[in-house]
Amino acid sequence: MMEQYSAQKTLSVRVELIRQVRRRRTAVAFALVIALPIIVVLAVKFGPSSSGRGGLADGDLDVFGLLASGPWNFAVSGLLFSSAFLLVILAAMFLGDTVASEASWGTMRYLLVAPVPRRRFLLVKLVVGLLLTLAVLLVLVLASFLLGLLAFGSAPLASPLGGTLSAGESTVRLAIITGYIAVTLLVPAGIAFLASVSTDVPLGAVGAAVVIVIFANILDAIEALGSLRQFLPANYTGAWADALGSVVVWDQMAIGVTYNVAVFVVLIGIAVLKFERKDILS
Amino acid sequence: MNSVHSVGRAARVGGAGARWSAGALGLLMALLPAVPAAAAGATAVTIQGGPTSASDRTPVELSADIYVPEVTPAPAVILAHGFGGSKESVVDQATDLVNAGFVVAAYTARGFGDSTGTISMNSPEFEIADASRVIDYLASLASVEVEGPNDPVVGVAGGSYGGALSLMLAGYDDRVDAVAADITWNDLESSLFGQSMIGARESGVYKQLWTSVFFSSGLDSPPGQADLCGRFSPEWCGAYTEVATTGKPTEASRALMRQSSPASVTDRITVPTLLGGGQADSLFPLQQVNANAEQIRAANPDTPVKVVWHAQGHDGGADESARLTALTRSWFQAYLADGPAVSTDFEASLVASSALDDRESDTVEVLTSPRYPGLAGDSERSVTIAGEPQRILAPAGGVPAAVSSLPGIGSLGGLLSLLDTRVAPNQSAQFISEPLGAPLRIIGASRVSLEVASDVARTATLFVGLRIQTGAGALLLPNGLIAPVNVSVGPTPQRVDIELPAIVADVAAGDRLVVTVNTTDQAYRMPADPAVYTVALADPGLVVPEVEMSGSASGLPLWAWPLIALGVGAAVVIALRLLRPRARGVAARPDLAESPLVIEGLVKQFGKGVRAVAGVNFTVPRGVVLGLLGPNGAGKTTTMRMAMGLIQPTEGSVFVFGERVTPGAPVLSRIGAFVEGPGFLPHLSGRENLDLYWRASGRSGDAHFAEVLEIAGLGSSIDRKVRTYSQGMKQRLGIAQAMLGMPDILLLDEPTNGLDPPQIREMRQVLRDYAKDGRTVILSSHLLGEVEQTCTHVVVMHRGTVAATGTVAELLAGRSGQQLEDVFMDLVGSDHLVNAGPLQEGDR
Repeated sequence: MMEQYSAQKTLSVRVELIRQVRRRRTAVAFALVIALPIIVVLAVKFGPSSSGRGGLADGDLDVFGLLASGPWNFAVSGLLFSSAFLLVILAAMFLGDTVASEASWGTMRYLLVAPVPRRRFLLVKLVVGLLLTLAVLLVLVLASFLLGLLAFGSAPLASPLGGTLSAGESTVRLAIITGYIAVTLLVPAGIAFLASVSTDVPLGAVGAAVVIVIFANILDAIEALGSLRQFLPANYTGAWADALGSVVVWDQMAIGVTYNVAVFVVLIGIAVLKFERKDILS
Repeated sequence: MNSVHSVGRAARVGGAGARWSAGALGLLMALLPAVPAAAAGATAVTIQGGPTSASDRTPVELSADIYVPEVTPAPAVILAHGFGGSKESVVDQATDLVNAGFVVAAYTARGFGDSTGTISMNSPEFEIADASRVIDYLASLASVEVEGPNDPVVGVAGGSYGGALSLMLAGYDDRVDAVAADITWNDLESSLFGQSMIGARESGVYKQLWTSVFFSSGLDSPPGQADLCGRFSPEWCGAYTEVATTGKPTEASRALMRQSSPASVTDRITVPTLLGGGQADSLFPLQQVNANAEQIRAANPDTPVKVVWHAQGHDGGADESARLTALTRSWFQAYLADGPAVSTDFEASLVASSALDDRESDTVEVLTSPRYPGLAGDSERSVTIAGEPQRILAPAGGVPAAVSSLPGIGSLGGLLSLLDTRVAPNQSAQFISEPLGAPLRIIGASRVSLEVASDVARTATLFVGLRIQTGAGALLLPNGLIAPVNVSVGPTPQRVDIELPAIVADVAAGDRLVVTVNTTDQAYRMPADPAVYTVALADPGLVVPEVEMSGSASGLPLWAWPLIALGVGAAVVIALRLLRPRARGVAARPDLAESPLVIEGLVKQFGKGVRAVAGVNFTVPRGVVLGLLGPNGAGKTTTMRMAMGLIQPTEGSVFVFGERVTPGAPVLSRIGAFVEGPGFLPHLSGRENLDLYWRASGRSGDAHFAEVLEIAGLGSSIDRKVRTYSQGMKQRLGIAQAMLGMPDILLLDEPTNGLDPPQIREMRQVLRDYAKDGRTVILSSHLLGEVEQTCTHVVVMHRGTVAATGTVAELLAGRSGQQLEDVFMDLVGSDHLVNAGPLQEGDR
């Protein structure tokens, strides 16, 4: 009695999503990105005022006045606050924990014996990790936008570089910035995923990815490294600010997208090769 | 061509790493013997220059480096350095030009470095005469192409101090054939005394900070031996001392400055001239390059003149040195050699900087226009600004003062953003436009008309700026440039027409233009006595210049980048496809299709260590319960993991129903597995775990949930989270999971661990029943009694090999009254005792 088995039906994205979303860390991640804009709104509304110092100053920018100038600005500042660190950690968590935690629970060996083909197992894990990261990013943007709308009214995007954009254009810019930040998370995500395949300790994988990204950021801050810095991910994380001008300047973002996609693909390629040859001892 | 490219790249890299190499270079220099220092590839020579001074006619000695290209005779280029520099400051540019096929003469101006003499600020009698002697010297060289007796084909290039020398040499010596002058002055007085009032009679506001920075590099002397004049000639020392003391030029110093200004000879320049001006330059602003260009054009309209408003300057700005070096090279190739023609289109760099990103390379877009528009643009637009008349205070002593730029350090955005640049509100008047309805691109100098009055008659010193207030509230002063004004005022309002600094800037829709009138700026000399001025708009129209220009973005086109990413992605996908692991040996053995499990010559060696499995062979027939028996470390679990495709065998193969087992082989779907303990998602219930596992297994058909749940026997606990289960509960759930879908083979590794005796008894019955319908159960154990009571067949493993196989009856044959334990001890016993000590009590 041969049962009907189909490798294409093993571990679907849907099943993997169900397996992941009810984890506590998923809830914590979403809670964090919703809490962040709430805290900022409270700080702006009830915190000590930053205005009223008087006089004209060149280059002086009222940061809190700017972020409170409307929902688009508030959403962009939410991204500014979180893109360098919070989102990187969340991406590292979703991608770094995903394979290693299955190994530590002992569930991975049963899935692979079911059998879920190894390459499929990894790619589904990767897709679900990326989906969750993207979801966290979108929830952050939407929560910031809606809170900004409630708290500060509906003024369109005012750029620190100058210019005020229409509501439609503001939305396009916010979408560009969100999309670009999503792409810049690919390198941390790829590092975390490779670490996840290399260890059975989930926290170790997440920690390794975060440490590598922070180390690269520190190197990027050392100006004496000169042109070496263009090989570091942090060199491209800020390029989304180019979408805030009167016109979108694409060159740095194009390089950033290329860099992130290329490095990500290579990291995932190494992870797949490593995993397919690995003896599963967990 | 190749060598030119590589040198260009090396020069850029060198620029970035210059700070690193400086220390190493210094060490190297100290170790070298003190011969006349020449740059690599150059010959150091001493050239006899013009007279030392008006009274001493002996020639000064100029320290020079001559660079000779591979092919000679070749046209020559004289490189003049900036103030405070030497021939070493132009090594990069000299290397670039010599690689392009020019003989290059880089020499240190009199008063600097190893050259003798004193500084006369490009006086025709002295510095310009020196440069003519350098042309004489070049004419005497066999390597230099000549066009007549003592007339070499020669161009001259330089920046700042060297730029003024280049222009003046072209005016005084008609042997010069082409000029490239960058960020230099047209008129020294209007450079050092800023006056932005149109049609002013008063002399300008003394640019105190810049002038002192500029001159102090000529005032250096050995430590502890300072003297008043340093390397300056007595005339210039006196003029500077007087100006720095009073803040006003005398007629004598004015004459001296006029003599040293290209403005005195621009009408005589008839050779192709490349004029660079820096937008980030508060010392020699764009007004100076504009005056040079317009004067040369006016006197000789046929002279090819190209004007470039680049983004660099004495204040820093965006780095465009690579572009400017290339421009100079192609200028000389076109006009001294037979290189391709160079467009004389006007070029202006538009810098798009990023407020949030600290990356050092601002995006520079080069705009071009076939016609040089001057400062007033092709067309002008009037932007209405408004503001009440305002009374502003000029504080006593001129402090506290506003800060717009720091000489040599840069405009706002660099260090200055760290300082508090707020102006006391009572020292500043503002006239503000409505938010712009459409974007505006300013290229050139805007104009504004004010009315200024003072209660008492006096000379008012004011600093007028054109600022951009962004929709976000930030106030930006492009390049930190302000327009200083000196004007005589009294109680009657005096109209003042002001030319604001020349800029290239985009103003976005929604931003406002703000004209600010300040009474102080710390870069300038200000009157010490206090005053109050009333400032009003004479005309609400702010006149803004616009130029129709076409842009060109540099670098790789945008569409190239996604293609590169796509290329890398495709390469990785192909690599993955090629590197996909392939099983060695045959994929299937149809002759074994009826055997649930056949193991042939199985070996596993981890790393370089011991062989955990060292050649295992056995066959499991259908419908049996087979016990894999052996002490801890016998290789049971490793064998089972290889049978499941989790571990790759070093040698040998495993066949399940004739199909070879590899990672993910479809035939694995006919195996229900339990190995080294249960594994569940702790945050889900037992039921959810089983359900999701079944859905992830890719099998269709009946999962037999009811039967399986009964075997697990968890009752209502099945809906609690697995996190809350005991070890025994997880163990039973794990075995139940293996039975999902009732697979043909059950592979169970130590299934009774953690179960209590009644549960063990139940489990035995379950396993025996499972095998009844032709299904096969393989379980490993180190518990002899359990195997004896559950299994029909036994495989005894020891130290990675099979010690015995057979049915339980076969193994006990001829040993009446004995237990399996005795057989086992006979097979592995003594050896086992020697090597691993006695069997542990718990193991039994």
